[in-house]
Parts: sequence; structure tokens; C-alpha cells
Amino acid sequence: MSEPDTVDSAQPPARRPQPHIIVRDLTIAYGDFVLMRGLNFVVNRGEVFIVMGGSGCGKSTLLRVLLGLKEPATGEIFYGDFNFIRADSEARERQLRRFGVLYQGGALWSSMTLAENVGLPLGEFTDLSSAEIREVASLKLSLVGLKGFEDYYPSQISGGMQKRAGLARAIALDPEVLFLDEPSAGLDPITSRLLDELILEIRDTLGATIVVVTHELASIFAIGDNSVFLDADSHTMIAGGNPRAMLEKTADPRVRRFLTRGDQSEQDRASR
Amino acid sequence: MRAEHASAEPAAVAFERTDDAALIVRLSGQWRMRHGLPSGDLLTRELMRSTGIRRVAFDTSQLGAWDSALVVFVTRIIEICRTRKVNEDRAGLPAGLQRMLELAEAVPDKKEARVSAIRASIAERVGRASLEYFGGVTDFIDFLGAFAIALGRLVTGRARFRRIDLVIEIQDCGARAFGIVTLISFLVGVILAFMGAVQLQQFGASIYVADLVAIGMVRDMGAMMTAIIMAGRTGAAFAAQLGTMKVTQEIDALTTMGLDPMQFLVLPRVLALILMMPLLCVYSDLMGIMGGAAVGAGMLNISLTSYMRETTAAIQLGGAFGGIFKATVYGAIIGIAGCLRGFQCGSSSSAVGEATTSAVVTGIVYVVVACGIFAVLFHILGL
Repeated sequence: MSEPDTVDSAQPPARRPQPHIIVRDLTIAYGDFVLMRGLNFVVNRGEVFIVMGGSGCGKSTLLRVLLGLKEPATGEIFYGDFNFIRADSEARERQLRRFGVLYQGGALWSSMTLAENVGLPLGEFTDLSSAEIREVASLKLSLVGLKGFEDYYPSQISGGMQKRAGLARAIALDPEVLFLDEPSAGLDPITSRLLDELILEIRDTLGATIVVVTHELASIFAIGDNSVFLDADSHTMIAGGNPRAMLEKTADPRVRRFLTRGDQSEQDRASR
Repeated sequence: MRAEHASAEPAAVAFERTDDAALIVRLSGQWRMRHGLPSGDLLTRELMRSTGIRRVAFDTSQLGAWDSALVVFVTRIIEICRTRKVNEDRAGLPAGLQRMLELAEAVPDKKEARVSAIRASIAERVGRASLEYFGGVTDFIDFLGAFAIALGRLVTGRARFRRIDLVIEIQDCGARAFGIVTLISFLVGVILAFMGAVQLQQFGASIYVADLVAIGMVRDMGAMMTAIIMAGRTGAAFAAQLGTMKVTQEIDALTTMGLDPMQFLVLPRVLALILMMPLLCVYSDLMGIMGGAAVGAGMLNISLTSYMRETTAAIQLGGAFGGIFKATVYGAIIGIAGCLRGFQCGSSSSAVGEATTSAVVTGIVYVVVACGIFAVLFHILGL
């Protein structure tokens, strides 16, 4: 097995990077079918980390494993010093409350209004009064550009708005780690760019570590500080590092083909 | 000109052997999917007959219009060439078709991803189905245990769920179920009375219709009919709601927020059913007795007062409480079966339909099994 071809980050961060998520020798399998093996990477505090790869290579499944929704076959995941895989369910639940997750389809609770969706975690895990909860929910919704939609049900708004509302819910408890599953899938280019800006805004204002699963090249180059590239055929990660630096330096044809959308002239230019 | 002429012809294949160990496949006519596909056997036979062929080339000068039919046929030929280790020369194919083949081959066939389609023997299938069935029973018991833990948290005041959800569920499986319970229970009372009346009239013992209906409804039929109505009405609704939430990842969203779906979704639903079933059962008993009284008054000329006196004499407290207790247990069974099937739902819309069906079937089967167990148990206890 070849070593993953890791490229150093192009811009050195201002302070020493602090590891936040550490993944060691992770193997993910469905029964006897090994989807991914030998996953090793570190996500530093406060960076936007991209999980990329072709369709069906296991990006979303890796996310489910990181969230504890699926148990890995082997390997370990640390959040700071916290051993996530070995932890019991109560410790895990406490850790989960420090996460925010945006699911592919938004996954808003369809029986609740947007304000109730955003307010639910606040009501369960804080001592705020219901008026205060409403206020915080309104603020979070206005951050994603949905001021005035507090009393709408998820089915009454568009897909892009559902995504943004999902993001508002994900940041309701000011999470330490924000997981975004295909945030810009199904959005038009302008909305998707606004979402990218919003993600960077959240990283800078909340100081959250953000893990993004995506295959949208524009987003990858716009927001990615660091990344891991999963390959479906070899069932492992074949590259990692800053996406822009990766495009410049990588020698792997599979990675270059992906990052240039298979455009031959771009690949030639890059290899020259 | 030639192409126009050729386009009217049906699809045809001809083979020609050249001197330099090559086989030319001549494709002509109109290749349309609606006209069917020629088989690839001809090429296999051709390759078997003439030895020493190292190359297969194509001639499409007589080819008319074509669509995916031709692509599939050429793919078959390429497959045959691969297995027989013969080179194929694609130069003679139309440019569009060559690009299409490249696109089809861009992602290599994942052999390991293919599900083996070997047909299992009947013994194996029966065995698997039985194991699966008993696995279903353990799943049910597993879920029951998890629900008991959630219930324990409720008792100690540590359960996390929205109180409003419980109120809404109580309204839905209590007040909103009145209409259908009224109708069905009244009719069941009428049927019981009618069946009894025909027999008892022969002996001049019509008045005992009141005893028959009262005991029948209060001991078993009231609880049973309510359970069957609620399995079809509320159990199915639970499975459909939770199944849809599974499909749209709403349940994942709860889990990753640190909210236990067992407490948040299952607890209010099953609790509402457990609380409402005994009340519905008492109401159903009453309706059944009224149905019986209607038959008694209308058909057997029994006065309402004597019917009611006979009824009150027939009902024993033990039997009545037995019926209410059964109804409570049936409520738990239906609620848990509905929620369990919802949680087990796959991630597609057809899976939601299967989950709903399975919830109703599981609910009714377990209710009938429980009814049988109760009958034996109550007999032994002398109730």
C-alpha cells in the first residue's frame, strides 16, 4: 500500500496548530465488505477540513462514524483527549452536545416550526426561559438570512432555505465542531457561494472546527484549509493537505483528475 | 443516399473472415431498441468455427440509425472478445458510439460490490426465514427493555421529551379515536346479541342474551376490538411517522444532538397508548352493551330495564378489571410494535410502506398471542 501523498498547508497559520480531531487506523466496513481502511488524519482546531472523493467512496459514511452513528470495524477517534470510540454512551452523549450537524437534506423536524427546531436543543440543554430561547433562535435564524421565518414549517420553505435553517439549528448551541454533509448540494451557484461565506464567517466568529463532506470543487478551493481525499477503488485515503496546494503539487493522477474535473488541458498545465 | 436506403432495412449482422487473422463484423440496417436485440451467440459460434482469429473489427458503412440497442450489442461483442482473449478494433465504429463506450468503461466494474445472485435451496430459505422470525422476537424484547429503561427515567424525572408531544399523542390516540371505536364496538355488540338470540330463542331463554353480550364484551371483545382498531390506526401511524423521520435523517439529528430518540419519540407515543387504551376499552364495553340492548329491545322484546338489570348481574368486577388490564397490555404491545418497525425502517419510501404494514401485522399477531396467554392464565388463577 502506498503512503498517502500529503502536502503541507500553503499558508502557515498564525499560531501553532492544535489537534482537535485525531483519527487513527480507522477501518469502516459493512459486514464483510470493507469500505475504507487505514484512515489516518488530524483535524486542527479552528480549521475548515474537507472530506472529498468521488460519488459513493464513503464520505458520508465516514461522517456517520465520526458522529458515532455507525461503529467502525477497527481504529480510534479522539476529540482532543477524549477517546470517542471507547467511551460509554453517557460520555458520548455529552460530547455530542458540543457538535453541530447539518445533514444532507437539512433533516429539520417536520412537525416543528423553524424557531422550535432551532430552539429545541436550547430548551433541552440550557436554563434559558422560553422567551429567551425564542430570542436566541431568532438571532441564529437571522445569521443564516432567515429572519422573519420563525413560524414557518420546514415544508413551507424552499430547499436552500431548509439547508440554511438546518445550519442555524446546527450552530444553536455554539458548537466546538460543526459537521456539514454536502452543504451546497442542490443549491444554485450563488446561494452555494453565500453558504461558503457563511461557513467561513462561522469559523471566524465562533472559532469552531468545521468538517465538510463535499465534492463541489468551487467550495473545496474556496473554504478548505486542510483535507483528506478518499478513493473508492483502493478503499483508502490517497492524499491530504490544503486543497489549493494539492492541486499545484500532487503527483497522483487520480487526485489531479478529480481536482481538475477530468479536464485534460488543465491536467497538462498542472503537470508542466 | 446509401445511408437513407440502409435506414429502412432491419438490423443485421454479418461476419467475414479476412486473411490476416481478423474477423470483420458488418453491422447494417436500423438498430432500434423497440425492434429487439440480435444475440451475441452468432459471434461466439463464428469464433469457435474459425480458429486463429486474433482481432475483431467493425464495418458500419451500411449502418442506418442506431440507439442504445447497438451500444448494448457492441458491449456484448467486446465482452465475448475479452473472455476469449481476442483484440477488438473499435476504429470502424461511429465516433459517438466510441465515446459512449469510453464513458461506460470509465468506472471499472466493482466485482466485490455485486451481490451474489445464487439462488438458495428451499431448506436454506426456510431456515433463514425462521431464524429471522425468531430474531424479530428478540428485537421486540430488546426494544421493550430499552423502553422500560426510558420509562424508569420518566419515573425518576430524568426523561427528556417535550410534554406537548405527549398531550398531542394523547389527543390523537384518545379523543380522535372515539368515532371509530363507537361504530365498531356497537356493531360487535349487535352481532354478538344477534348470534346468541337465534340460538337462545329456541329455548325461550332470550334474556340471557344480555349476559352473553356483557360477559363477552367486558372480558375479551372490548379490549380485543379496541386493540385491533388501534393497531390499524395508531400503530400504523407511529411506524409511518418514525419511518419517515428515519428516511429524512431527523432521527440521526436527534441522536447527534444528544437527545435519545427512545425518550424523545417512543416514550410519549407508547405512554399515550398505555394511558388511553383502558379508557377506550371501558367505552368500547359500554358501546357493545348498548348494541346488545338495541337488539334485545328491537328484536326480542326485552324491556331496557330488565336488559340492564340482567347485564349488571352478569358483570363481575374481576372480569371487568381483567379486560381493562388486558387493554393496557395490548396498548403497550401496539405502541412498541409500531415504534420498533418505524426505527427498523430502511431508507426509502417503499421501506416506509413495508414498516407500516409490518407494524400492523406484528401488533395484531402479538395481541392475539397475548390474548391466548391471558385466557390460560386467568383460567388457572380462577378469575
